[in-house]
Amino acid sequence: MAVSIFHRATGDGLAIVGTLALLWWLGAMASGADAYGAFIACAGGIVGKVILVGLSWAFFQHLFSGLRHLVLDTGAGYELKTNKMFSILVFVAAIVATAALWGFIFMETI
Amino acid sequence: MSERTGIAKVASGGTELGRVRGLGSAREGTGHFIHQRLTAVGNLALFLWLIVSLVRLPLADFATMREWLGSPLAAVPMILLIISVFWHIRLGLQTLIEDYVHSDAPRILALVIVNFYCVAGAAFGIFSVAKIAFTATAAVTGVPA
Repeated sequence: MAVSIFHRATGDGLAIVGTLALLWWLGAMASGADAYGAFIACAGGIVGKVILVGLSWAFFQHLFSGLRHLVLDTGAGYELKTNKMFSILVFVAAIVATAALWGFIFMETI
Repeated sequence: MSERTGIAKVASGGTELGRVRGLGSAREGTGHFIHQRLTAVGNLALFLWLIVSLVRLPLADFATMREWLGSPLAAVPMILLIISVFWHIRLGLQTLIEDYVHSDAPRILALVIVNFYCVAGAAFGIFSVAKIAFTATAAVTGVPA
């Protein structure tokens, strides 16, 4: 239940906030150095970083619950125990992947 | 199936076909389902490429980023990503709207907005990448295109 609600909520969030961020990034790069600098200043600020961390978590949550749906589409994983295990695994994997990504970025920038 | 007369059909709002038209899967359900999953797999592959690329790039360095996105090996997957993502979003938000918006006028309006946003967003993204790619030489050499 929860994993399904999160799939929709994160998908919705990515569809609106995620695409606006992606289009801003691409449009700024196409516009020139000044526009790109403004984007980087916003994305690199506190608010920008919070949004980017949130987007990356939403992305991984949606990715892993999406993979779960692809498995369920094959007709597998409907036994109660297996189903519950995969649901919990989705939440854990999303948090681990988000932490790993930002840990990697943090290590790179030091 | 009831054996109604023509008059009974009119009284209950037209023929059987007329009453169900526009209300549901007009043989589009399977296509929707398959495209949702095809674009999901496309998104998976293309976003893995994007994330691996981005964490290795100097994101704040405009010239380097433009040179990267100007190369065919970055511009083409980026354009494919934009197509796959907006297609996936169009299908996903359609499902969301059809599940939660029950009255006709708001639902149709929401679906129109989603369609317009996805097509316009994809066009803007693809144009941006194309502009970067087609002016890449000028950006590197300093000669205006």
